[in-house]
Amino acid sequence: MPGLEMGRVLDNRQVACDWYVMDVSAPVTAPQCLPGQFLHIRPINTYDPLLRRPLSIYDVLSDRGIISLLYRVAGRGTGLLARAAADDCIDIMGPLGRGFTLPSANENIIMVGGGVGVAPLTYLARVSLERRCRVKLLMGAADAAQLAVTQRFEKLGVEIKTASLDGSMGYHGMVTDLLGEEGGSDYSRIYTCGPAPMMAVVSDWAKRQGLWGELSLEEHMACGVGACLGCACQLNAFQPGYAKVCKDGPVFSIQAVELGPDQGREEERH
Amino acid sequence: MNKTEHLPSPDLSTDLGGIKMNNPVAVASGTFGYGREYEDYMDIAAIGAVIVKGTTLEPRVGNPPPRIIETPAGMLNAIGLENPGIDIFLNEHLPYLRDKGVTVIANLAGNSIEDYAAVTAKLKGHPGIAGIELNISCPNVKKGGLQFGTDPLMVKKVVEAVKNETFLPVMPKLSPNVTNIVEIAIAAREGGADALSMINTLMGMAIDIDHRRPVLANVFGGLSGPAIKPVALRMIYQVYREMDIPILGGGGVMNARDAIEFIMAGAAAVSIGTGNFVNPRAALDITQGIREYMTEHGVQRISELVGVAIQR
Repeated sequence: MPGLEMGRVLDNRQVACDWYVMDVSAPVTAPQCLPGQFLHIRPINTYDPLLRRPLSIYDVLSDRGIISLLYRVAGRGTGLLARAAADDCIDIMGPLGRGFTLPSANENIIMVGGGVGVAPLTYLARVSLERRCRVKLLMGAADAAQLAVTQRFEKLGVEIKTASLDGSMGYHGMVTDLLGEEGGSDYSRIYTCGPAPMMAVVSDWAKRQGLWGELSLEEHMACGVGACLGCACQLNAFQPGYAKVCKDGPVFSIQAVELGPDQGREEERH
Repeated sequence: MNKTEHLPSPDLSTDLGGIKMNNPVAVASGTFGYGREYEDYMDIAAIGAVIVKGTTLEPRVGNPPPRIIETPAGMLNAIGLENPGIDIFLNEHLPYLRDKGVTVIANLAGNSIEDYAAVTAKLKGHPGIAGIELNISCPNVKKGGLQFGTDPLMVKKVVEAVKNETFLPVMPKLSPNVTNIVEIAIAAREGGADALSMINTLMGMAIDIDHRRPVLANVFGGLSGPAIKPVALRMIYQVYREMDIPILGGGGVMNARDAIEFIMAGAAAVSIGTGNFVNPRAALDITQGIREYMTEHGVQRISELVGVAIQR
Protein backbone atom coordinates (compact mmCIF):
# COMPACT_ATOMS: atom_id res chain seq x y z
CA MET A 1 0.00 0.00 0.00
CA PRO A 2 1.49 3.38 -0.92
CA GLY A 3 2.13 5.64 2.01
CA LEU A 4 4.21 8.40 3.51
CA GLU A 5 7.69 7.72 4.78
CA MET A 6 10.54 9.85 6.02
CA GLY A 7 13.43 8.43 4.04
CA ARG A 8 17.04 8.91 5.03
CA VAL A 9 19.44 10.14 2.39
CA LEU A 10 22.39 7.75 2.11
CA ASP A 11 24.13 9.48 -0.76
CA ASN A 12 23.36 12.28 -3.19
CA ARG A 13 25.98 12.71 -5.88
CA GLN A 14 26.36 14.63 -9.11
CA VAL A 15 26.81 12.23 -12.00
CA ALA A 16 26.77 14.64 -14.95
CA CYS A 17 26.33 18.38 -15.50
CA ASP A 18 22.82 18.79 -14.01
CA TRP A 19 22.23 15.15 -13.18
CA TYR A 20 22.18 13.68 -9.69
CA VAL A 21 21.66 10.26 -8.19
CA MET A 22 20.15 10.09 -4.72
CA ASP A 23 20.12 6.88 -2.71
CA VAL A 24 17.47 6.89 -0.02
CA SER A 25 16.86 4.42 2.76
CA ALA A 26 13.09 3.87 2.78
CA PRO A 27 12.52 0.36 4.12
CA VAL A 28 8.72 0.56 4.03
CA THR A 29 8.42 2.01 0.52
CA ALA A 30 11.27 0.23 -1.26
CA PRO A 31 9.86 -3.33 -1.33
CA GLN A 32 6.58 -2.03 -2.79
CA CYS A 33 8.14 -0.20 -5.76
CA LEU A 34 7.45 -1.54 -9.23
CA PRO A 35 9.37 -0.49 -12.36
CA GLY A 36 7.83 2.60 -13.95
CA GLN A 37 6.20 3.89 -10.77
CA PHE A 38 7.23 7.17 -9.22
CA LEU A 39 7.77 8.74 -5.82
CA HIS A 40 6.20 12.07 -4.93
CA ILE A 41 8.87 13.93 -3.02
CA ARG A 42 8.64 17.07 -0.95
CA PRO A 43 11.84 19.00 -1.59
CA ILE A 44 11.60 21.32 1.41
CA ASN A 45 9.69 21.59 4.65
CA THR A 46 8.37 25.11 3.92
CA TYR A 47 5.68 26.35 1.55
CA ASP A 48 7.76 27.71 -1.29
CA PRO A 49 8.23 25.83 -3.52
CA LEU A 50 4.96 24.29 -2.44
CA LEU A 51 4.24 21.08 -4.31
CA ARG A 52 5.82 17.66 -4.27
CA ARG A 53 7.97 16.59 -7.22
CA PRO A 54 7.20 13.35 -9.02
CA LEU A 55 10.50 11.51 -9.56
CA SER A 56 10.95 8.26 -11.45
CA ILE A 57 12.24 5.31 -9.50
CA TYR A 58 15.69 4.70 -10.96
CA ASP A 59 16.60 1.54 -9.10
CA VAL A 60 15.59 -0.40 -6.00
CA LEU A 61 17.48 -2.75 -3.74
CA SER A 62 14.43 -4.06 -1.91
CA ASP A 63 16.24 -6.41 0.46
CA ARG A 64 18.29 -3.45 1.73
CA GLY A 65 15.36 -1.00 1.60
CA ILE A 66 17.16 1.38 -0.73
CA ILE A 67 15.61 3.41 -3.53
CA SER A 68 17.76 5.28 -6.07
CA LEU A 69 16.52 8.33 -7.92
CA LEU A 70 18.14 9.81 -11.02
CA TYR A 71 17.02 13.39 -11.54
CA ARG A 72 17.97 16.47 -13.47
CA VAL A 73 18.14 19.82 -11.71
CA ALA A 74 15.71 21.89 -13.70
CA GLY A 75 14.22 24.33 -11.23
CA ARG A 76 13.96 25.28 -7.59
CA GLY A 77 12.49 22.01 -6.34
CA THR A 78 15.10 19.74 -7.85
CA GLY A 79 17.73 22.37 -7.00
CA LEU A 80 16.82 21.96 -3.33
CA LEU A 81 16.92 18.19 -3.66
CA ALA A 82 20.42 18.40 -5.08
CA ARG A 83 21.56 20.09 -1.86
CA ALA A 84 20.42 17.22 0.36
CA ALA A 85 23.30 15.54 2.16
CA ALA A 86 23.79 12.11 3.70
CA ASP A 87 21.62 11.58 6.80
CA ASP A 88 19.14 14.29 5.78
CA CYS A 89 15.51 13.25 5.98
CA ILE A 90 13.34 13.32 2.91
CA ASP A 91 9.54 13.24 2.80
CA ILE A 92 8.47 10.48 0.42
CA MET A 93 4.98 9.60 -0.79
CA GLY A 94 4.53 6.48 -2.84
CA PRO A 95 5.10 4.38 -4.75
CA LEU A 96 2.53 5.89 -7.10
CA GLY A 97 1.16 5.30 -10.56
CA ARG A 98 0.85 2.41 -12.94
CA GLY A 99 4.23 1.00 -13.87
CA PHE A 100 5.48 -1.05 -16.80
CA THR A 101 3.89 -4.38 -17.70
CA LEU A 102 6.68 -6.77 -16.81
CA PRO A 103 7.92 -9.27 -19.38
CA SER A 104 7.52 -12.98 -18.76
CA ALA A 105 10.53 -15.22 -18.29
CA ASN A 106 13.09 -15.56 -21.09
CA GLU A 107 11.75 -12.78 -23.32
CA ASN A 108 13.88 -10.59 -25.57
CA ILE A 109 13.15 -6.98 -24.83
CA ILE A 110 14.48 -3.66 -26.11
CA MET A 111 14.47 -0.32 -24.33
CA VAL A 112 15.02 3.16 -25.74
CA GLY A 113 15.95 5.88 -23.26
CA GLY A 114 16.50 9.57 -23.92
CA GLY A 115 18.34 11.79 -21.46
CA VAL A 116 17.31 11.53 -17.84
CA GLY A 117 14.24 9.68 -19.10
CA VAL A 118 16.39 6.55 -18.98
CA ALA A 119 15.81 6.48 -15.19
CA PRO A 120 12.78 4.16 -14.93
CA LEU A 121 14.26 1.78 -17.51
CA THR A 122 17.07 0.85 -15.12
CA TYR A 123 14.84 -0.75 -12.53
CA LEU A 124 12.82 -2.35 -15.32
CA ALA A 125 16.06 -3.86 -16.70
CA ARG A 126 16.96 -5.23 -13.28
CA VAL A 127 13.59 -6.92 -12.81
CA SER A 128 13.55 -8.22 -16.40
CA LEU A 129 17.01 -9.74 -16.01
CA GLU A 130 15.88 -11.44 -12.81
CA ARG A 131 13.30 -13.09 -15.06
CA ARG A 132 16.10 -14.28 -17.30
CA CYS A 133 15.13 -11.94 -20.12
CA ARG A 134 17.63 -10.65 -22.62
CA VAL A 135 17.65 -6.88 -22.38
CA LYS A 136 19.02 -4.40 -24.90
CA LEU A 137 19.19 -0.68 -24.20
CA LEU A 138 19.53 2.09 -26.76
CA MET A 139 20.35 5.27 -24.91
CA GLY A 140 20.74 8.76 -26.25
CA ALA A 141 22.02 11.76 -24.34
CA ALA A 142 23.86 15.03 -24.83
CA ASP A 143 27.34 13.74 -24.09
CA ALA A 144 29.56 11.01 -22.64
CA ALA A 145 29.13 12.33 -19.10
CA GLN A 146 25.39 11.69 -19.20
CA LEU A 147 25.87 8.37 -20.94
CA ALA A 148 28.01 7.26 -18.01
CA VAL A 149 24.77 6.30 -16.24
CA THR A 150 24.66 3.29 -18.58
CA GLN A 151 27.39 1.74 -16.41
CA ARG A 152 24.66 0.63 -14.03
CA PHE A 153 22.95 -1.21 -16.90
CA GLU A 154 26.26 -2.71 -17.94
CA LYS A 155 26.81 -4.14 -14.44
CA LEU A 156 23.36 -5.68 -14.57
CA GLY A 157 24.20 -7.40 -17.84
CA VAL A 158 22.29 -5.29 -20.34
CA GLU A 159 23.49 -5.06 -23.92
CA ILE A 160 23.98 -1.34 -24.59
CA LYS A 161 24.24 0.94 -27.60
CA THR A 162 24.72 4.63 -27.03
CA ALA A 163 24.26 7.79 -29.06
CA SER A 164 25.46 11.25 -28.09
CA LEU A 165 24.47 14.55 -29.65
CA ASP A 166 28.05 15.87 -29.41
CA GLY A 167 29.67 12.67 -30.65
CA SER A 168 31.71 12.22 -27.47
CA MET A 169 30.48 8.65 -27.00
CA GLY A 170 28.90 6.01 -29.20
CA TYR A 171 26.96 6.97 -32.32
CA HIS A 172 27.07 10.67 -33.18
CA GLY A 173 23.43 11.69 -33.51
CA MET A 174 19.94 10.78 -32.41
CA VAL A 175 19.34 7.55 -30.52
CA THR A 176 16.35 6.85 -32.75
CA ASP A 177 18.75 6.45 -35.71
CA LEU A 178 19.97 3.28 -33.99
CA LEU A 179 16.56 1.69 -34.50
CA GLY A 180 17.47 1.32 -38.19
CA GLU A 181 19.80 -1.52 -37.22
CA GLU A 182 17.09 -3.29 -35.25
CA GLY A 183 14.34 -5.61 -36.37
CA GLY A 184 11.08 -5.61 -34.47
CA SER A 185 10.67 -9.34 -34.90
CA ASP A 186 13.80 -9.93 -32.77
CA TYR A 187 11.96 -8.65 -29.70
CA SER A 188 8.74 -9.35 -27.84
CA ARG A 189 8.46 -5.93 -26.21
CA ILE A 190 9.77 -2.38 -26.44
CA TYR A 191 9.82 0.14 -23.60
CA THR A 192 10.67 3.81 -23.97
CA CYS A 193 11.02 6.90 -21.85
CA GLY A 194 12.46 10.27 -22.81
CA PRO A 195 11.63 13.48 -24.69
CA ALA A 196 8.31 13.44 -26.57
CA PRO A 197 9.82 13.76 -30.07
CA MET A 198 12.07 10.78 -29.37
CA MET A 199 9.23 8.67 -28.00
CA ALA A 200 7.11 9.64 -31.02
CA VAL A 201 9.75 8.19 -33.38
CA VAL A 202 10.13 5.09 -31.22
CA SER A 203 6.35 4.61 -31.15
CA ASP A 204 6.03 4.95 -34.92
CA TRP A 205 8.81 2.42 -35.41
CA ALA A 206 7.22 -0.02 -32.95
CA LYS A 207 3.81 0.31 -34.57
CA ARG A 208 5.29 -0.27 -38.03
CA GLN A 209 7.12 -3.32 -36.76
CA GLY A 210 4.01 -4.61 -35.02
CA LEU A 211 5.90 -4.64 -31.75
CA TRP A 212 4.09 -4.46 -28.40
CA GLY A 213 5.34 -1.50 -26.40
CA GLU A 214 4.94 0.90 -23.52
CA LEU A 215 6.07 4.47 -22.90
CA SER A 216 6.20 6.70 -19.84
CA LEU A 217 4.70 10.20 -19.88
CA GLU A 218 5.19 13.18 -17.65
CA GLU A 219 2.87 16.07 -16.79
CA HIS A 220 2.60 18.77 -14.15
CA MET A 221 1.24 17.05 -11.05
CA ALA A 222 -0.24 18.19 -7.79
CA CYS A 223 -1.86 15.36 -5.82
CA GLY A 224 -0.19 12.35 -7.48
CA VAL A 225 -3.14 10.08 -6.62
CA GLY A 226 -5.77 10.92 -9.25
CA ALA A 227 -7.76 13.34 -7.11
CA CYS A 228 -7.02 16.80 -8.52
CA LEU A 229 -7.14 15.98 -12.25
CA GLY A 230 -4.28 18.40 -12.84
CA CYS A 231 -2.12 16.03 -14.89
CA ALA A 232 -4.67 15.46 -17.64
CA CYS A 233 -3.35 14.14 -20.90
CA GLN A 234 -5.17 13.45 -24.15
CA LEU A 235 -3.83 10.09 -25.26
CA ASN A 236 -5.10 10.27 -28.84
CA ALA A 237 -7.58 12.06 -31.08
CA PHE A 238 -10.24 9.37 -30.65
CA GLN A 239 -10.29 9.35 -26.86
CA PRO A 240 -13.22 11.51 -25.70
CA GLY A 241 -11.72 12.72 -22.41
CA TYR A 242 -8.38 12.86 -20.70
CA ALA A 243 -6.24 10.33 -18.91
CA LYS A 244 -4.61 11.10 -15.57
CA VAL A 245 -0.86 10.68 -15.96
CA CYS A 246 -0.42 10.10 -12.20
CA LYS A 247 -3.01 7.35 -11.79
CA ASP A 248 -3.77 5.90 -15.25
CA GLY A 249 -0.04 6.20 -16.05
CA PRO A 250 2.67 7.34 -16.10
CA VAL A 251 3.15 4.22 -18.24
CA PHE A 252 0.82 3.84 -21.21
CA SER A 253 0.60 1.47 -24.13
CA ILE A 254 2.42 2.75 -27.22
CA GLN A 255 -0.56 1.61 -29.24
CA ALA A 256 -2.93 3.85 -27.21
CA VAL A 257 -0.90 7.05 -27.37
CA GLU A 258 -0.40 9.55 -30.18
CA LEU A 259 2.28 11.88 -28.94
CA GLY A 260 1.66 15.56 -29.46
CA PRO A 261 4.27 18.30 -29.22
CA ASP A 262 3.42 19.07 -25.58
CA GLN A 263 3.58 15.56 -24.21
CA GLY A 264 6.43 13.53 -22.85
CA ARG A 265 9.08 14.63 -20.46
CA GLU A 266 9.98 18.25 -19.91
CA GLU A 267 11.95 18.49 -16.74
CA GLU A 268 12.44 22.25 -17.02
CA ARG A 269 9.36 22.90 -14.90
CA HIS A 270 10.86 21.29 -11.82
CA MET B 1 0.81 19.84 38.27
CA ASN B 2 -0.31 20.64 34.76
CA LYS B 3 -3.55 22.60 34.96
CA THR B 4 -4.95 20.89 31.86
CA GLU B 5 -4.90 17.44 33.44
CA HIS B 6 -8.27 17.83 35.11
CA LEU B 7 -10.11 19.17 32.09
CA PRO B 8 -12.27 16.92 29.93
CA SER B 9 -10.93 16.33 26.44
CA PRO B 10 -11.99 19.23 24.21
CA ASP B 11 -15.13 19.03 22.09
CA LEU B 12 -14.19 19.58 18.44
CA SER B 13 -17.63 18.96 16.99
CA THR B 14 -19.21 21.75 15.01
CA ASP B 15 -22.47 22.54 13.25
CA LEU B 16 -22.18 24.16 9.87
CA GLY B 17 -25.72 25.39 9.37
CA GLY B 18 -27.13 21.94 9.93
CA ILE B 19 -24.14 19.98 8.64
CA LYS B 20 -22.94 18.11 11.73
CA MET B 21 -19.20 17.52 11.80
CA ASN B 22 -17.25 15.55 14.40
CA ASN B 23 -14.36 17.92 13.98
CA PRO B 24 -14.01 21.29 12.28
CA VAL B 25 -11.75 20.23 9.42
CA ALA B 26 -13.11 19.43 5.95
CA VAL B 27 -11.30 18.64 2.73
CA ALA B 28 -12.12 21.00 -0.12
CA SER B 29 -13.88 20.08 -3.32
CA GLY B 30 -11.64 19.24 -6.24
CA THR B 31 -8.63 18.48 -4.07
CA PHE B 32 -9.76 15.13 -2.67
CA GLY B 33 -11.55 13.42 -5.55
CA TYR B 34 -14.28 11.23 -4.11
CA GLY B 35 -12.25 10.41 -1.01
CA ARG B 36 -11.24 6.94 -2.14
CA GLU B 37 -8.14 8.32 -3.84
CA TYR B 38 -6.69 9.04 -0.38
CA GLU B 39 -7.75 5.89 1.42
CA ASP B 40 -4.25 4.44 1.52
CA TYR B 41 -3.17 7.34 3.69
CA MET B 42 -5.84 7.53 6.39
CA ASP B 43 -9.29 6.58 7.60
CA ILE B 44 -11.26 9.04 5.49
CA ALA B 45 -14.28 8.69 7.81
CA ALA B 46 -12.24 10.46 10.50
CA ILE B 47 -12.19 13.65 8.43
CA GLY B 48 -14.73 16.27 9.58
CA ALA B 49 -16.31 16.28 6.12
CA VAL B 50 -15.29 15.27 2.64
CA ILE B 51 -16.50 17.76 0.04
CA VAL B 52 -16.45 15.74 -3.15
CA LYS B 53 -15.40 16.85 -6.61
CA GLY B 54 -17.72 19.42 -8.21
CA THR B 55 -20.48 17.62 -10.03
CA THR B 56 -22.71 18.70 -12.90
CA LEU B 57 -25.87 17.23 -14.38
CA GLU B 58 -24.01 15.85 -17.41
CA PRO B 59 -20.41 14.58 -17.56
CA ARG B 60 -17.71 17.14 -18.43
CA VAL B 61 -14.31 16.45 -19.96
CA GLY B 62 -12.69 19.56 -18.50
CA ASN B 63 -10.06 21.85 -19.98
CA PRO B 64 -7.14 20.81 -22.17
CA PRO B 65 -3.71 20.58 -20.50
CA PRO B 66 -1.62 22.16 -19.11
CA ARG B 67 -4.11 22.58 -16.28
CA ILE B 68 -1.87 23.44 -13.35
CA ILE B 69 1.30 25.37 -12.62
CA GLU B 70 3.12 26.06 -9.39
CA THR B 71 3.45 29.72 -8.39
CA PRO B 72 5.16 31.39 -5.42
CA ALA B 73 3.76 29.67 -2.31
CA GLY B 74 0.79 28.51 -4.34
CA MET B 75 -0.50 27.08 -7.56
CA LEU B 76 -2.86 27.91 -10.40
CA ASN B 77 -5.40 25.41 -11.65
CA ALA B 78 -7.81 25.37 -14.55
CA ILE B 79 -9.31 21.89 -14.42
CA GLY B 80 -12.60 23.05 -15.93
CA LEU B 81 -14.91 20.94 -13.75
CA GLU B 82 -14.00 17.58 -15.26
CA ASN B 83 -16.48 15.16 -13.69
CA PRO B 84 -18.48 12.07 -14.63
CA GLY B 85 -21.89 13.68 -13.98
CA ILE B 86 -24.29 13.44 -11.06
CA ASP B 87 -25.61 9.95 -11.87
CA ILE B 88 -22.18 8.35 -11.67
CA PHE B 89 -21.49 10.17 -8.43
CA LEU B 90 -24.77 9.04 -6.86
CA ASN B 91 -24.60 5.46 -8.07
CA GLU B 92 -20.90 4.64 -7.94
CA HIS B 93 -19.21 6.90 -5.42
CA LEU B 94 -21.83 7.89 -2.85
CA PRO B 95 -22.81 4.34 -1.75
CA TYR B 96 -19.18 3.58 -1.06
CA LEU B 97 -18.69 6.71 1.04
CA ARG B 98 -21.97 6.10 2.87
CA ASP B 99 -20.89 2.56 3.78
CA LYS B 100 -17.60 3.89 5.09
CA GLY B 101 -19.43 6.34 7.32
CA VAL B 102 -17.89 9.40 5.66
CA THR B 103 -19.54 12.79 6.25
CA VAL B 104 -20.16 13.75 2.63
CA ILE B 105 -20.85 17.22 1.32
CA ALA B 106 -21.87 17.22 -2.34
CA ASN B 107 -20.48 20.04 -4.49
CA LEU B 108 -22.86 20.97 -7.28
CA ALA B 109 -22.26 23.15 -10.32
CA GLY B 110 -24.19 24.18 -13.40
CA ASN B 111 -24.55 26.53 -16.35
CA SER B 112 -27.92 27.99 -15.47
CA ILE B 113 -30.33 28.31 -12.55
CA GLU B 114 -32.33 25.46 -14.08
CA ASP B 115 -29.18 23.31 -14.15
CA TYR B 116 -28.51 23.92 -10.45
CA ALA B 117 -32.11 23.08 -9.59
CA ALA B 118 -32.05 19.94 -11.73
CA VAL B 119 -28.78 18.60 -10.33
CA THR B 120 -30.04 19.25 -6.79
CA ALA B 121 -33.31 17.44 -7.50
CA LYS B 122 -31.29 14.36 -8.46
CA LEU B 123 -30.12 13.98 -4.85
CA LYS B 124 -33.61 13.03 -3.66
CA GLY B 125 -33.79 9.46 -2.47
CA HIS B 126 -30.02 9.19 -2.00
CA PRO B 127 -29.20 9.11 1.71
CA GLY B 128 -25.71 9.80 2.96
CA ILE B 129 -25.28 13.43 1.96
CA ALA B 130 -24.87 15.80 4.89
CA GLY B 131 -25.17 18.99 2.87
CA ILE B 132 -24.64 20.76 -0.41
CA GLU B 133 -21.85 23.12 -1.32
CA LEU B 134 -22.89 25.18 -4.32
CA ASN B 135 -20.13 25.99 -6.72
CA ILE B 136 -21.12 29.45 -7.95
CA SER B 137 -17.57 30.64 -8.22
CA CYS B 138 -15.49 28.41 -10.46
CA PRO B 139 -13.21 30.72 -12.46
CA ASN B 140 -12.37 28.07 -15.03
CA VAL B 141 -15.53 27.36 -16.95
CA LYS B 142 -16.80 29.46 -19.79
CA LYS B 143 -20.44 29.46 -18.79
CA GLY B 144 -21.83 29.55 -15.27
CA GLY B 145 -19.44 29.42 -12.38
CA LEU B 146 -17.95 32.80 -11.76
CA GLN B 147 -20.70 34.77 -13.51
CA PHE B 148 -23.14 33.53 -10.89
CA GLY B 149 -20.84 34.23 -8.01
CA THR B 150 -20.14 37.86 -8.79
CA ASP B 151 -23.72 39.12 -9.21
CA PRO B 152 -25.67 39.43 -5.92
CA LEU B 153 -29.06 38.98 -7.61
CA MET B 154 -27.92 35.80 -9.38
CA VAL B 155 -26.46 34.45 -6.12
CA LYS B 156 -29.79 34.98 -4.38
CA LYS B 157 -31.75 33.37 -7.22
CA VAL B 158 -29.55 30.32 -7.55
CA VAL B 159 -29.58 29.65 -3.80
CA GLU B 160 -33.38 30.04 -3.75
CA ALA B 161 -33.77 27.66 -6.67
CA VAL B 162 -31.60 25.04 -4.96
CA LYS B 163 -33.33 25.45 -1.60
CA ASN B 164 -36.64 24.76 -3.34
CA GLU B 165 -35.36 21.35 -4.43
CA THR B 166 -33.90 20.04 -1.17
CA PHE B 167 -34.20 19.82 2.59
CA LEU B 168 -30.43 19.51 2.92
CA PRO B 169 -28.34 22.40 4.25
CA VAL B 170 -27.14 24.57 1.36
CA MET B 171 -23.79 26.32 1.47
CA PRO B 172 -22.77 28.45 -1.53
CA LYS B 173 -19.02 28.75 -2.12
CA LEU B 174 -18.26 32.40 -2.59
CA SER B 175 -15.85 33.82 -5.10
CA PRO B 176 -13.18 36.21 -3.87
CA ASN B 177 -13.14 37.82 -7.31
CA VAL B 178 -15.57 40.56 -6.28
CA THR B 179 -15.35 44.10 -5.03
CA ASN B 180 -17.68 43.67 -2.06
CA ILE B 181 -17.79 40.22 -0.52
CA VAL B 182 -20.28 41.25 2.19
CA GLU B 183 -22.84 42.21 -0.45
CA ILE B 184 -22.59 38.73 -1.99
CA ALA B 185 -22.81 37.05 1.42
CA ILE B 186 -25.97 39.00 2.26
CA ALA B 187 -27.52 38.00 -1.06
CA ALA B 188 -26.70 34.34 -0.39
CA ARG B 189 -28.35 34.50 3.01
CA GLU B 190 -31.40 36.22 1.54
CA GLY B 191 -31.65 33.34 -0.88
CA GLY B 192 -31.78 30.98 2.09
CA ALA B 193 -28.16 29.84 2.47
CA ASP B 194 -27.63 27.85 5.67
CA ALA B 195 -23.89 28.44 5.65
CA LEU B 196 -21.21 30.02 3.47
CA SER B 197 -18.07 28.43 2.09
CA MET B 198 -15.26 30.94 1.66
CA ILE B 199 -13.21 31.32 -0.44
CA ASN B 200 -12.86 29.82 -3.88
CA THR B 201 -9.66 30.49 -5.80
CA LEU B 202 -8.48 33.92 -6.93
CA MET B 203 -8.30 34.32 -10.67
CA GLY B 204 -4.72 34.58 -11.90
CA MET B 205 -2.34 33.62 -14.67
CA ALA B 206 1.26 32.76 -15.51
CA ILE B 207 3.20 33.36 -18.72
CA ASP B 208 5.79 31.12 -20.34
CA ILE B 209 8.39 33.65 -21.48
CA ASP B 210 10.25 31.13 -23.64
CA HIS B 211 7.19 30.39 -25.73
CA ARG B 212 5.60 33.85 -25.25
CA ARG B 213 2.23 32.47 -24.30
CA PRO B 214 0.13 31.78 -21.19
CA VAL B 215 1.20 28.63 -19.34
CA LEU B 216 -2.33 27.33 -18.84
CA ALA B 217 -4.26 26.23 -21.91
CA ASN B 218 -7.28 27.99 -20.38
CA VAL B 219 -5.13 31.18 -20.08
CA PHE B 220 -6.54 32.01 -16.63
CA GLY B 221 -6.65 29.76 -13.61
CA GLY B 222 -7.56 29.82 -9.95
CA LEU B 223 -4.82 30.67 -7.47
CA SER B 224 -4.71 28.63 -4.26
CA GLY B 225 -2.31 27.77 -1.48
CA PRO B 226 -0.58 29.79 1.25
CA ALA B 227 -0.29 32.75 -1.16
CA ILE B 228 -4.03 33.49 -0.78
CA LYS B 229 -4.38 32.94 2.97
CA PRO B 230 -4.37 36.61 3.98
CA VAL B 231 -7.06 37.41 1.39
CA ALA B 232 -9.25 34.54 2.58
CA LEU B 233 -8.87 35.52 6.22
CA ARG B 234 -9.75 39.12 5.47
CA MET B 235 -12.91 38.17 3.57
CA ILE B 236 -14.13 35.75 6.26
CA TYR B 237 -13.46 38.39 8.90
CA GLN B 238 -15.43 41.00 6.92
CA VAL B 239 -18.43 38.72 6.45
CA TYR B 240 -18.50 37.36 10.00
CA ARG B 241 -18.28 40.89 11.40
CA GLU B 242 -21.44 41.84 9.50
CA MET B 243 -23.63 38.79 9.79
CA ASP B 244 -24.37 35.76 11.90
CA ILE B 245 -23.99 32.77 9.56
CA PRO B 246 -21.79 29.68 9.88
CA ILE B 247 -18.75 29.91 7.62
CA LEU B 248 -16.58 27.13 6.24
CA GLY B 249 -13.29 28.99 5.88
CA GLY B 250 -10.48 27.99 3.61
CA GLY B 251 -7.71 29.37 1.44
CA GLY B 252 -4.16 28.23 2.01
CA VAL B 253 -4.71 26.38 5.28
CA MET B 254 -1.60 24.24 5.72
CA ASN B 255 -1.39 23.60 9.46
CA ALA B 256 -3.29 23.91 12.73
CA ARG B 257 -2.09 27.47 13.36
CA ASP B 258 -3.56 28.54 10.03
CA ALA B 259 -6.80 26.74 10.84
CA ILE B 260 -7.10 28.45 14.23
CA GLU B 261 -6.55 31.82 12.53
CA PHE B 262 -9.53 31.08 10.27
CA ILE B 263 -11.67 30.03 13.22
CA MET B 264 -10.74 33.18 15.11
CA ALA B 265 -11.69 35.23 12.03
CA GLY B 266 -15.16 33.69 12.14
CA ALA B 267 -15.02 30.27 10.50
CA ALA B 268 -17.08 27.56 12.24
CA ALA B 269 -15.00 25.00 10.34
CA VAL B 270 -12.07 25.08 7.95
CA SER B 271 -11.42 23.40 4.63
CA ILE B 272 -8.10 22.06 3.43
CA GLY B 273 -7.50 22.23 -0.30
CA THR B 274 -4.04 22.62 -1.76
CA GLY B 275 -2.65 21.48 1.61
CA ASN B 276 -3.81 17.94 0.80
CA PHE B 277 -1.36 17.83 -2.10
CA VAL B 278 1.55 18.65 0.18
CA ASN B 279 0.45 16.40 3.03
CA PRO B 280 -2.28 13.90 2.18
CA ARG B 281 -2.96 13.51 5.90
CA ALA B 282 -3.26 17.26 6.44
CA ALA B 283 -6.91 17.18 7.56
CA LEU B 284 -6.22 14.71 10.36
CA ASP B 285 -2.91 16.28 11.36
CA ILE B 286 -4.60 19.70 11.55
CA THR B 287 -7.47 18.29 13.62
CA GLN B 288 -4.95 16.89 16.06
CA GLY B 289 -3.12 20.23 16.17
CA ILE B 290 -6.37 22.05 16.95
CA ARG B 291 -7.11 19.54 19.72
CA GLU B 292 -3.67 20.14 21.23
CA TYR B 293 -4.13 23.91 21.05
CA MET B 294 -7.50 23.64 22.80
CA THR B 295 -6.09 21.41 25.52
CA GLU B 296 -3.13 23.68 26.05
CA HIS B 297 -5.29 26.81 26.23
CA GLY B 298 -8.14 25.32 28.23
CA VAL B 299 -10.66 25.67 25.39
CA GLN B 300 -13.47 23.16 25.87
CA ARG B 301 -15.55 23.78 22.78
CA ILE B 302 -14.35 24.88 19.36
CA SER B 303 -17.26 27.35 19.24
CA GLU B 304 -15.53 29.33 22.00
CA LEU B 305 -12.89 30.33 19.45
CA VAL B 306 -15.13 31.23 16.50
CA GLY B 307 -14.73 34.90 15.67
CA VAL B 308 -12.82 35.81 18.84
CA ALA B 309 -10.41 37.97 16.87
CA ILE B 310 -13.15 40.25 15.53
CA GLN B 311 -12.71 43.88 16.62
CA ARG B 312 -16.07 45.54 16.61
